[in-house]
Amino acid sequence: MGAKLQVRLTDALNAQTVKAKVTATSWEQAVEVAGMVLVQANLVEPRYIDAMKKTLRKLGPYSVIAPGIAMPHARPEDGVIQTGFSLVTLVNPVTFGNAENDPVDILLAFSASDKERHITALKEISVFLSNDGLMRKVRTANSNDQLLDVIRDFERINN
Amino acid sequence: MIIATLCGMGFGTSMLLKLTIDDVLKEEGMTNYQIIPWDLGSFKGQRADIVVAPMDMESHLKDSSATIVLIKNLVDKVEIKEKILAAVNSQEG
Repeated sequence: MGAKLQVRLTDALNAQTVKAKVTATSWEQAVEVAGMVLVQANLVEPRYIDAMKKTLRKLGPYSVIAPGIAMPHARPEDGVIQTGFSLVTLVNPVTFGNAENDPVDILLAFSASDKERHITALKEISVFLSNDGLMRKVRTANSNDQLLDVIRDFERINN
Repeated sequence: MIIATLCGMGFGTSMLLKLTIDDVLKEEGMTNYQIIPWDLGSFKGQRADIVVAPMDMESHLKDSSATIVLIKNLVDKVEIKEKILAAVNSQEG
């Protein structure tokens, strides 16, 4: 992957970037919350949120990558400050319009500053999101601390 | 063999697919392949033997002459493995 520093998912998801049991009534609201977390962690400029929504409208809801799980994102030039991730869970699932994988109650949004730095984290995401036991815990976590406990569980399994 | 993985922007889903397919083909002992992630817009006009994309991109791929592989769950290695190996075998057969 070259000499560029890789971001690890288990570092990127921390007290600043996870949010459990958010109330949202539409996919737009859910994406706004996941995007706001990135803004508040100083990973993206506010315009990145609109870019994520615009992308979803234009290219369709394919960012719902697995049953109940969406991975919204935009491009580096849409206001990325640095590569990072946010994990948001919803009280009530929302519909994105994806025939296979709706409705969604887990959002893993990301900002990529280039095409390399987030690759290690993407590999980790693939392992994390395909672990049904961990996803059950993510869905039942009632607080940010409980959500972080799941990340720590994953870190132990994955290392 | 050229395998193109597609998504809207070329940063997320297409990268995820590339990483998983690379794992699968390496496990099968294959070496004569190249996997290139593309965003949908840039891919038009590019050559590929196999195109792998999320299920709901099907309508964008009607004109392609490549073998099309559509994936429902993009983190399900079992689904990806089954479908990509079937496509690879159809190329070789």
